[in-house]
Amino acid sequence: MKKNNLISIVVVLAMIAAASVWYGRNNGLLPIAAGDEATLYDGLFNTILAIAFAFFIIIEGFLIYSLIKFRKRKGDEADGPAIHENLSLEIVWTAIPTVIVMWVAIYSFDVYTAMQGSQNLDGMAHGGMHHAVAAADHNSHQQMPMAKATLASANSDGVLMAGTIPTGGEDVVAINVSAMQFAWIFNYPNEIATAELHVPVGKKVRLNMSAIDVIHAFWVPQLRIKQDVLPGRETFLEFTPRVVGEYPVVCAELCGSYHGGMRTTMIIDTPEDYEAWLREQQEVASKDTEAIVAARPTSQMTEQEYLAGKVATMVK
Amino acid sequence: MQGSIATSTTNLETASHEALHDAHTAHAEHPDLRVFGLIVFLISEGMLFFGLFAAYLTFRSVATAWPPEGTPELELLLPGINTIILVSSSFVIHQADSAIKENKVRAAQLWFLATFVMGAVFIAGQIYEYQHLEFGLTTNLFASTFYVLTGFHGLHVIIGLTLIAAVLVRSLKAGHYSNTSHFGIEAASVYWHFVDIVWIILFLLLYIL
Amino acid sequence: MTQTLTAPQSSSPASEPSKTPWWEFFTFSVDHKVIGIQYLVTSFTFYLIGGALASAVRVELATPDPDLVDPAFYNSLFTMHGTVMIFLWIVPAVTGGFGNYLVPLMIGARDMAFPRLNAIAFWLTIPAGLLLMSSFFVGPASTGWTAYPPLSILTDEHVGQAIWILSILLVGTSSILAAVNFIVTIWSMRMPEMDLFSMPLFCWAMMATSVLALLATPVLAGAMVLLGFDLLIGTNFFNPTGGGDPVVYQHLFWFYSHPAVYVMILPVFGIISEVLPPHSRKPIFGYKAIAYSSMMICALGLFVWAHHMFTSGTPDWLRVFFMVATLLVAVPTGIKVFSWVATLWGGKLRLESPLLFAMGFISTFLIGGLSGVMLGSAPIDIHVHDTYFVVAHFHYVLFGGSVFGIYAGLYHWFPKMTGRMLNEFWGKVHFVLTFIGMHLTFGPMHILGLQGMPRRVAQYDPQFAPINVICTIGAFVLAISTIPFLINAIYSWFKGDQAPDNPWDALTLEWTTASPPIPHNWVGDPVLATGPYDYGEDYRLARQQAIADSQPAV
Ligand code: HEA
Ligand code: HEA
Ligand code: CUA
Ligand SMILES: [Cu+2]
Repeated sequence: MKKNNLISIVVVLAMIAAASVWYGRNNGLLPIAAGDEATLYDGLFNTILAIAFAFFIIIEGFLIYSLIKFRKRKGDEADGPAIHENLSLEIVWTAIPTVIVMWVAIYSFDVYTAMQGSQNLDGMAHGGMHHAVAAADHNSHQQMPMAKATLASANSDGVLMAGTIPTGGEDVVAINVSAMQFAWIFNYPNEIATAELHVPVGKKVRLNMSAIDVIHAFWVPQLRIKQDVLPGRETFLEFTPRVVGEYPVVCAELCGSYHGGMRTTMIIDTPEDYEAWLREQQEVASKDTEAIVAARPTSQMTEQEYLAGKVATMVK
Repeated sequence: MQGSIATSTTNLETASHEALHDAHTAHAEHPDLRVFGLIVFLISEGMLFFGLFAAYLTFRSVATAWPPEGTPELELLLPGINTIILVSSSFVIHQADSAIKENKVRAAQLWFLATFVMGAVFIAGQIYEYQHLEFGLTTNLFASTFYVLTGFHGLHVIIGLTLIAAVLVRSLKAGHYSNTSHFGIEAASVYWHFVDIVWIILFLLLYIL
Repeated sequence: MTQTLTAPQSSSPASEPSKTPWWEFFTFSVDHKVIGIQYLVTSFTFYLIGGALASAVRVELATPDPDLVDPAFYNSLFTMHGTVMIFLWIVPAVTGGFGNYLVPLMIGARDMAFPRLNAIAFWLTIPAGLLLMSSFFVGPASTGWTAYPPLSILTDEHVGQAIWILSILLVGTSSILAAVNFIVTIWSMRMPEMDLFSMPLFCWAMMATSVLALLATPVLAGAMVLLGFDLLIGTNFFNPTGGGDPVVYQHLFWFYSHPAVYVMILPVFGIISEVLPPHSRKPIFGYKAIAYSSMMICALGLFVWAHHMFTSGTPDWLRVFFMVATLLVAVPTGIKVFSWVATLWGGKLRLESPLLFAMGFISTFLIGGLSGVMLGSAPIDIHVHDTYFVVAHFHYVLFGGSVFGIYAGLYHWFPKMTGRMLNEFWGKVHFVLTFIGMHLTFGPMHILGLQGMPRRVAQYDPQFAPINVICTIGAFVLAISTIPFLINAIYSWFKGDQAPDNPWDALTLEWTTASPPIPHNWVGDPVLATGPYDYGEDYRLARQQAIADSQPAV
């Protein structure tokens, strides 16, 4: 290859790389990151986006260049050169994506485990429906993610379904979530049941979720986490809220006519506000268990009585 | 190109057009691919059962108790006999296949008749079993999977019986089957072997495991 | 001229037509070319229906409130839209339509291996489609094209859901029969001179497609049967209240429906590999790599299904396994994309409609593929699952991919199928409108999803309204874009310029017979004069010589 060519190729590649890195960091596509997991997520997202963007520029670049440079001129009835293959080129463009894809897989796996960091692969007993799985070695948490992977597969082999654990540690705020057509109910300790989710900033939160009727999904876009909520089985989510504010809780699984209306709010409180709110709710709860029906934003409620009945049985 | 010469070749074309739309001549054009086709199709059928088996195994592995508490024990004797009958019928029908390859039409007919009887006994046995089971289709998850799996298989046995009956009827026409032309016989026996293999897996899964 | 190839049979009646009579297209014809065109016309009709449903969806979404239709009916709209588009448009068009029309012609066969089975497979799709449409009178299915239980068991539209299941079973059966036919045909009916590696790449793609359809469709049928039992008889396979497990349905469904997306794209990959060489006057780059990559996609495609279930509560090891397998699909697909670009490189691009749509395909499918890789990463998917990011992804691959590829194929083979040329000017107008409309409709959906808009909702957060308006405008551009095509196609079919046998100077076998081919495909036996892709200046003389030699002396 001529030296000039080589230099220009290197320059172009460097420019593409720079543009991709820039775009990866400045894409502005995601809403604010309100939790620790969201920050991890954004790092991964931006990286993969940068890689995708680079491939995008390169291939679209080739297409547009060909469109202009190689279009048939008037009167030119000749054929192109009869090139059938080029083995080294083909090896290169098989190898590079393979390496990139494997790297993306490892990075994703890392983020995946980190996002669910404290999830111990202990065992489960959900609703009496499923077998418990043999206990895993607790010490494995400090090890390499890969080590954990083998461990995870070794222990959950017998179970094809959800890997869920209902228990949380001591310093974890555990909240029971139940989903129904078309509302969320959040159950705190001491009989508190609310329609809005309040969580204290900076503390690990654990949601133990189950559904009453059909499948729903709990999603807070600003936390970048989502989990289906299934009837007859418990699933869970863990996250650490970081930025005080109000965020939407969205149902992300088609659950019937008013699926689109099945929304509520998650409020990340300062620890003081959170305590105050808890106390307030405590009082409400001791007065009237059905009060939460009134507390819910009624815009989405269609069959008030039906729901109220459901809620009453929920809270017991 | 070739299209431009069409006018002068009317004869040839029409002759071949005929051939194309006439099943018998069309098959004469290329080797008989029907058995190959049947085997490819049976791979697909196999996947149907595979899917149902996989679902069954998943239900089973996820459930706390299997079969769910209160399900009456399955009787083993009758299905056991049934299994022996069905498995041996596979050997019987194989005899028919070998017989026709030696051009023994009469023998093939008899072997087919025997297979038909065995298959019919199997179905009768299954109906008897259904009638004496203490659970119904919707009793519980085990009962439902039991009926759907055996029912689906039973349906296939009935299709197999129909094929065998059709072959028997056709074989009454002298010279319909011979050592060179016996697709029907071959197809029916391939299909029968398939139904048999499915039953063996099914039996192991539902009754033994 | 002299015909010494075969002795003419004297017994044939002289009145037998050498051309397919028009009414045969409306009958139970066993001619693969007739069946292919029947499939194409039928499925395109369903495309218009599916598109009209999509337009209704978009109009509803122009405002954040559920104001045009009842939210329950909105659910029916997108359910029917997705079902029609996938099962009655793309799958029948690419396999039944192009596959039937082209495979026998490309391998030098007179017909498919089992012509009558072929006709049965086609005629199964008609009642399936009519049934599905009839459900509009009783309240159509409303639980998404995925029909997840327990919602689909507890649904109010019991009858509609049951009809839906029945339709899926019918089209499923049709697909299985077609797959059997293709596998046997491609494997056993090639002309003696043609080995596997001198087959056109479309045939490789059809082989891979058929293997997928053969293995995956019956599992869907199983799922549908169980779902039907739950819905109609009251068993509890997928209903947790009776001890069943809804996640098992998801596994069964996606075991089929992921491979189904490759059933919808692999034949289109094949079409692109056929369209690029003649229109860029270069051999396809890396024939073997493209052929093998189809098989790779087929094999990998069977083991990635759970990437649709990353949030379903599947255990970790399963998510990790499926994540790695999913990401690996980028490698064989990348091989294809790179090879296509290399095919174009240095060619003499004849920028007419077929090539424009083919290049448009590469550029938009690429975007959908790259967003697919992002979805393949489990943690990324957890945020965007069931959002408009996914909707954007699959319209880029399905509309920007499959539909663009179908158009490329239609422009390329229309002269062969009808004996008439399409109007080039209106073809270009069609392309430009489609290209713009496509990006306008589906591009902004990426942002919607990432920002937090879930899919399958009739009402949404007002902050998303402006972007939704852009999408709706784009959808209208798309609706309008079909008009020039429709008029062009219908007009040209009857009144267009007469097409020569080989208008593109292409080398695959279908171009060696008349346009449209005679019912028996070739006069005499087809002759394999050149390889399927021996384009290029260096071959020019040799090619002309070979073609001349292969002609019967005149
Ligand atoms: C034609 C149809 C089609 C095709 C071809 C694809 C192709 C791919 N799809 Fe897509 N997909 C759908 C149709 C399709 N999909 C549909 C309909 C749904 C939604 C169903 C529903 O829920 O309703 C869906 C959903 C879907 C999901 C689930 C999203 C969710 O619901 O949460 C995922 C996740 O992994 C995914 C991944 C992929 C991947 C990795 C590919 C890959 O095959 C893409 C490979 C291509 C490329 C990567 C581009 C070219 C390659 C290169 C240039 C090489 C270099 C690239 C890199 C190294 C990155 N798809
Ligand atoms: C090949 C498949 C395919 C194709 C081609 C399309 C084409 C289109 N799709 Fe579709 N889509 C799916 C497959 C496809 N879609 C699937 C599988 C789903 C998921 C369903 C589910 O969630 O269950 C989906 C879901 C889906 C949604 C999400 C709904 C939701 O989640 O709430 C939307 C929203 O905008 C949409 C829009 C469109 C549009 C505007 C087109 C346009 O490209 C259509 C353009 C064509 C026309 C408009 C027709 C031609 C014009 C006429 C006939 C003239 C008459 C027209 C008028 C009356 C205006 N589609
Ligand atoms: Cu609950 Cu959607
Ligand atoms: Cu998929």
